[in-house]
Amino acid sequence: MKFLLDDTRRRVLRIILVALLAVFGGLSVSAPALGDSVGEEYSATVFGNVKVDGEPIAGVRIVVDGGGYTAETVTDSDGRWSIGVPEVRNYNVTLDESTLPEGISVLEGGATQEVEFGLTDRVAKNFFIGEGERNETSIFDQIVSRFIYGINFGLMLGLAAVGVSLVFGTTGLSNFSHGEMVTFGAVAALIFGVGLQLPLFIAIPIAVALSAGLGWSLDAGLWRPLRKKGLGIVQLMIVSIGLSLTMRYVIQFVIGGATEQLPGFDSPKINLFGAVALSSTDLMSMGLSIVVIIAFAYWLLRTKTGKATRAISDNPDLAAASGIDVDKVIRIVWIMAASLAGLAGVLWAYFRPGIKWDMGTQILLLIFAAVTLGGLGTAFGALIGALIVGVLVEMSGLIIPADLKYVGALVVLIVVLLVRPQGLLGRKQRVG
Amino acid sequence: MDWGSILNNTLAGFLTPTTIAFALAALGLAMHFGFAGLLNFGIAGFMAIGGYGYAISVLTFGLPWWAGMLVGVLGSVVFALILGIPTLRLRGDYLAIATIAAAEIARLLFLTTAFTDVTGSADGLFGFNSRPDGSGFQNSNPIPQGTYGFGPFTYNEQTLWVLVFGLIVLTVAVWFLWALMRSPWGRVIKGIREDEEAVRSLGKNVFAYKLQALVIGGVFGALGGIIYTAAQNISPGVYVTSLTFFIWTSLLLGGAATIFGPVIGAVIFWVIQAFLSNLLPALSTSGILPVSTTQASTLRFVLVGIGLMLLVIYRPQGIFGDKRELTFVK
Repeated sequence: MKFLLDDTRRRVLRIILVALLAVFGGLSVSAPALGDSVGEEYSATVFGNVKVDGEPIAGVRIVVDGGGYTAETVTDSDGRWSIGVPEVRNYNVTLDESTLPEGISVLEGGATQEVEFGLTDRVAKNFFIGEGERNETSIFDQIVSRFIYGINFGLMLGLAAVGVSLVFGTTGLSNFSHGEMVTFGAVAALIFGVGLQLPLFIAIPIAVALSAGLGWSLDAGLWRPLRKKGLGIVQLMIVSIGLSLTMRYVIQFVIGGATEQLPGFDSPKINLFGAVALSSTDLMSMGLSIVVIIAFAYWLLRTKTGKATRAISDNPDLAAASGIDVDKVIRIVWIMAASLAGLAGVLWAYFRPGIKWDMGTQILLLIFAAVTLGGLGTAFGALIGALIVGVLVEMSGLIIPADLKYVGALVVLIVVLLVRPQGLLGRKQRVG
Repeated sequence: MDWGSILNNTLAGFLTPTTIAFALAALGLAMHFGFAGLLNFGIAGFMAIGGYGYAISVLTFGLPWWAGMLVGVLGSVVFALILGIPTLRLRGDYLAIATIAAAEIARLLFLTTAFTDVTGSADGLFGFNSRPDGSGFQNSNPIPQGTYGFGPFTYNEQTLWVLVFGLIVLTVAVWFLWALMRSPWGRVIKGIREDEEAVRSLGKNVFAYKLQALVIGGVFGALGGIIYTAAQNISPGVYVTSLTFFIWTSLLLGGAATIFGPVIGAVIFWVIQAFLSNLLPALSTSGILPVSTTQASTLRFVLVGIGLMLLVIYRPQGIFGDKRELTFVK
């Protein structure tokens, strides 16, 4: 067991060391300057972008007020603005129409509009401005638009959820530290993409590779020795909670409490059809998720290791007896789970948008909801569950307040446990 | 470095309203997990419902403080029933996920701006402990104004009143749990933890026993939330999942299947927290630890996580526990 301790400590030290090098080596990981920023001392931010037909407008006055707090700023040459606010609550954002160019005004919703925060502490407020006819977003367009957003969110959630499901299927562990594996991927992308200024198509693969390394070292340094020691699944679950706390606060130690951004997080939205507007990042995110999920499905269904994984999920003793190296497969499952979680972290950083030390914790329960809905231990169940949860979370925003949209998913989680505890694709004998 | 003040602040961690609140909540978890074997990861939700139940009934419905506290306790009973009826028939890890989700639902409902008038949203609520009409908890304070105690244990009359009240509640709770666990009911509960099927074959209604255990532990959790709230304002940011995990750490530190373990665990947890939260920033400002003060205060939570892992791996029965009493170690 000394080996375990040493290894864990060494690994933690290594993580800290790498991070310290990144922080103190002059490689600042601060967010790119966002227009004319005020209230930067606060952690919550309302931000936006003032454009007419894709052309930024500088010098537009924006006022945010609510809860006894008022602040104002003007847009910079890129049309961007950002105002820090002391708390996460509803604010009224006013665009001073007298500072807009001649003939241009706010077309929809009036010059003062309310913003509400979701689960994150950043919220975007963009005004629909221009000249010409008012353009009402019909309820149908809203439904379509939110549905597509939900699919995007669900795909990202699915990447994270299959890992939880695979680990549960092969080892019986409900891994509470999976959320931190998600954060780890995003933070790695931040260190390499923003800190070291590498282009994203290099930084993201590095982040995924580092996540794979994290999965390997967690299994080699912690989970495998604990399996050998014969810890019960409840003990392992509590160990994963301890690991989750440790990793979460190590990440806070390294990147601090503020929200950081990856390059291109505010890429402009492209009108696709009707009122459906997606940014190029959204489109790439969805494309990447789909490609990775198809590759994953191929791996699970067609390759030898994939088949071995499913065999172990079905019956570990029988799998071992038929000559499968269970420990090796579990090692691969951890690497797989961590890399998919890391990739999900990068995509989640774009979806929120922002990277924060507790971003993984925020999503962990949605991952669990997806996995439970699909059936614990079934990889494809987790994918379907994730898509349903993603769409549900986005669509429920039409009916219930935005800051309650995650409640819907959690209620579904409990209702599923009530009526069909084995989930959509699970089998009944899994539920003791 | 000012060792005097570090020592002083560390000792003060022994007895604070927060320590008592943690002890009560950990006692609830001992009922749930230690004795009944129920994996409740939603103790923060029970605490939130206790605290908010008290604050809201005083502020919105104008109830006197004792009635408000009663409402908080009743709220946690209802919460336990709603949570327990669908989930207690399921295997342990399902219960864990369901309870943590339920606690988050409760927190998000207290946080949302939809009910700001009642819950105060992210600001939380204040001004319910002292009421202008004299019906508040501090209005019933029998202790005359002044400063009491010595050294690190110096309190004003308001804190002292919370402490006295909290200690009475804690003593009653400890006695109640002790009496319960040596009664026939307690033996059945421990039997369910050891072997559910065996107890069922003796004709006991296992589900009903588990539900009763969930309700009793939940009430302890709510009392913890109420004592915490009686000492300060209430805000939803406190009742996050980390709070649940910190209480689990306190419980496992003392010993999950013991009566005094959770109380002593909570005291040790807060003394260590007080020590580290004073020591680490001091080390940082004096240049011994090459990190910023903020980073230094983050470090103590890293240590909590590492401590929790080591505890569960090497001494899952806790400081005072008996390894034979722990069926979660297989």
